[in-house]
Amino acid sequence: MDSEAKHRVVVSILWAAALLTLGVLAYIIALVLVKGLPVVTPAFLLESPQAMGRAGGIFPTIVGTIALTIVAVLIATPLGVGTAIYLTEYTYENRLTRVIRFGAECLAGIPSIIYGLFGFIFFVIKLKLGWSVLSGGLTLAVMILPTIMRTAEEAIKAVPVSYREASFGAGAGRWQTVTRAVLPSALPGIVTGIVLSVGRSVGETAAVIFTAGSSLHIPTSVFSPTRTMAVHFYILAREGLSMERAYGTAAVLIILILAINTVANGLVLRFQARGG
Amino acid sequence: MRFLSSDQFIRRALLVSALSSVAMLALIAIFIFAEGTPVMLRRGIGEFLLGTRWAPTKESFGILPMIVASVCVTLGAMVIAVPLGVACAVFLAEIAPRRVANFVRPAIQLLAGIPSVVFGFVGIVVLVPLIREYLGGPGLSVLAASIILGIMVLPTLISIAEDAIMAVPRTYKEGALALGCTHSQAIRRVILPAARGGIIAAIILGMGRAVGETMAVIMVIGNAVKIPHSPLDPARTLTSNIALEMGYAAGEHQEALFATGVVLFVFIMILNSLASVKLAPTRR
Amino acid sequence: MRQHPTVAGLPANRRLVVEVLCFGLIAGPVLYGLIGCARGGRAGLVLAGSTSVQPIAELVAEHYEIDYPGRSVSVQGGGSSAGVRATQEGTAAIGMSSRNLKPEEQGLNTILVAQDAIVLIVHPSNPVRALTREQARGVFTGQIRDWSELGGADRPITVITREEGSGTRGAFEEMVMEKQDFSVDALVQDSTGTVRAIVASDPNGIGYISFGMVNDEVVPMAIDGVMPSRGTVASREYTLARPFLFLTKGQPLPEAQQFIDYMLGDKGQGLVEQEGYIPVKERAR
Repeated sequence: MDSEAKHRVVVSILWAAALLTLGVLAYIIALVLVKGLPVVTPAFLLESPQAMGRAGGIFPTIVGTIALTIVAVLIATPLGVGTAIYLTEYTYENRLTRVIRFGAECLAGIPSIIYGLFGFIFFVIKLKLGWSVLSGGLTLAVMILPTIMRTAEEAIKAVPVSYREASFGAGAGRWQTVTRAVLPSALPGIVTGIVLSVGRSVGETAAVIFTAGSSLHIPTSVFSPTRTMAVHFYILAREGLSMERAYGTAAVLIILILAINTVANGLVLRFQARGG
Repeated sequence: MRFLSSDQFIRRALLVSALSSVAMLALIAIFIFAEGTPVMLRRGIGEFLLGTRWAPTKESFGILPMIVASVCVTLGAMVIAVPLGVACAVFLAEIAPRRVANFVRPAIQLLAGIPSVVFGFVGIVVLVPLIREYLGGPGLSVLAASIILGIMVLPTLISIAEDAIMAVPRTYKEGALALGCTHSQAIRRVILPAARGGIIAAIILGMGRAVGETMAVIMVIGNAVKIPHSPLDPARTLTSNIALEMGYAAGEHQEALFATGVVLFVFIMILNSLASVKLAPTRR
Repeated sequence: MRQHPTVAGLPANRRLVVEVLCFGLIAGPVLYGLIGCARGGRAGLVLAGSTSVQPIAELVAEHYEIDYPGRSVSVQGGGSSAGVRATQEGTAAIGMSSRNLKPEEQGLNTILVAQDAIVLIVHPSNPVRALTREQARGVFTGQIRDWSELGGADRPITVITREEGSGTRGAFEEMVMEKQDFSVDALVQDSTGTVRAIVASDPNGIGYISFGMVNDEVVPMAIDGVMPSRGTVASREYTLARPFLFLTKGQPLPEAQQFIDYMLGDKGQGLVEQEGYIPVKERAR
């Protein structure tokens, strides 16, 4: 076979690979949406489950998911972004900052079940917080903290030095420089990191079951146990309680994550367009 | 208000937040090691890592079957993800028209957003019965876990590999083409070797992701505590072991689970170091 | 100062859109969550433990909350051993166990709330419907590996068992295994629901689940000649019977005691019977 023909074969193979990957994705999403969307009515989204989920809706799990995510983000974001700002703007690059960075990278890669194990033993039992939004939120916060630190740091570092120099040249103090010259440009990158972490927390199951519990009541305080949509899906599917509602929960979950991903991608495109 | 915006105050506030973050992260690392190492030392690291019997109620803590299962499942996942992933990365970087690439790239990243329990569920409902009927065995097997994990790892692998390929200077490719290569010859002989470091890093990071996956694996792998002899055998990975037993493990059993966590931690640390070494040349 | 291309630099209408979107994205879920919390109940009694006891406990809890509005009961799984542990640690006010406590699990109050049995199940297509206790032991230890050894088809047996912390497994070990180990080839699942689902889809499968959880997806087997039924379980003719226990650490708090009384009362025991378990009163003579 001559080279041109070989090249065409190679191109076909590469197209096939891409189509196969997309095909798998499409299959999974289609499977869940086709079986799940018919179940997703306004009633499904607003009612509470009955008979442990065999009937009724998934409202408490939606509240639980949002509550856990908010707690996790509220804790991890100031800490993560603050750390990133401090490491890049207020200190010099030295051994300590490299160690911290390596530590954050490692911890970002640790399996989430280990965070779950830690959260269960430390928050639920040792600190006596019990199965609660707080235990779950703290565990998720620790889980997403390394990622937020890393993406914030990369976003801040990507802001050209000239921005800072111009700001100092105009007489601004360091904090003014950070808030007016650096952060606005780094913001899309930082927000992308947060949004991606949110996507990860929403889908998290192992760490959440053992720390937030699996109660079907709407949580009234951060000390109440709660069940997230991912956990609810897992329990419904596993116990065979209601396959339709399992698919329905999965459909809501996937649509939510698709929305989160789209927002993140939109931000990434804006970030790149700015030359960051 | 002057006080609140004074640089000193801000600096201290940021320092506090930095210290808190570091403290939180250190807490986890220290906690895991503190809970996990004593039992490894007490029972002998060799016996722990190489013992073939895991029977906590009978004081037997050998995790070799789990290590083998994790390794097999990860390698199996890579067998699927590497060819497919590198091909997709090459496709996105070199072959696809820009419009197509801008559509395919986010679409593949969507795969990364699907929760692992959904993957596991699709595995149980679709893949396991297929394996059981056409290949034999109970269906819940290393093979099922490998396939599901391979798919889950694809987005990570593709995105890092694509970055590596795009980072190869254009002059390499232009030089090859000027010398008369076809596009695919240029890819195979010039671009891929030049991107090799980044692609290997992509594979390593993909492996790290595969090793750490829990929920999808628990649902399709069968969780039998034995060393798998064939891809159709059920097995139990390190992560599934922790998830299955952490609810009720107490005393030494709990310490053994933390020790498993230590093993995973160390393994990820090694993988991460390898990956940064490989990625360094291609980083801007 | 030179205008940097920041959010501040966007044309006014685009900036407005971005800001409204961001505000909406954040405010929306927060409001939704707050409204949701305002509508809900309050953190109340926590039960944790056996996944076999869980369904009936959840059902009784649901009725309890209707009869006593304002009370809230959350039921968690995890397995009997996890329930023992949660009760000891104080994470749960009431633990649930589907086996008797082991000698080393001291210091807890046990309250019998229902009687249940362990039933061996197989796929509907499986012709083997009866085993002796020795045969059952042989299957689950891995000594008997093929259905043909039991009079069935020439197919390998797929053994499914529960995780170590399961009360069902503990009870099964006590009554059938006689200190022998489960086969290392046995698939391990952490809930009755999954065991049942696997047996329902695998023609070679065999597992053991709670009597009250048997449905028409799977077929129960006779042990030593006796088919499990309400009558045979209550009279102990079917020998693999085991208790459903509530566990408390010391004297239960008033709220916990109220739920326990409800469980043992007519309403609770009525539900026990309705779901296929044996009420406490119907004991063997």
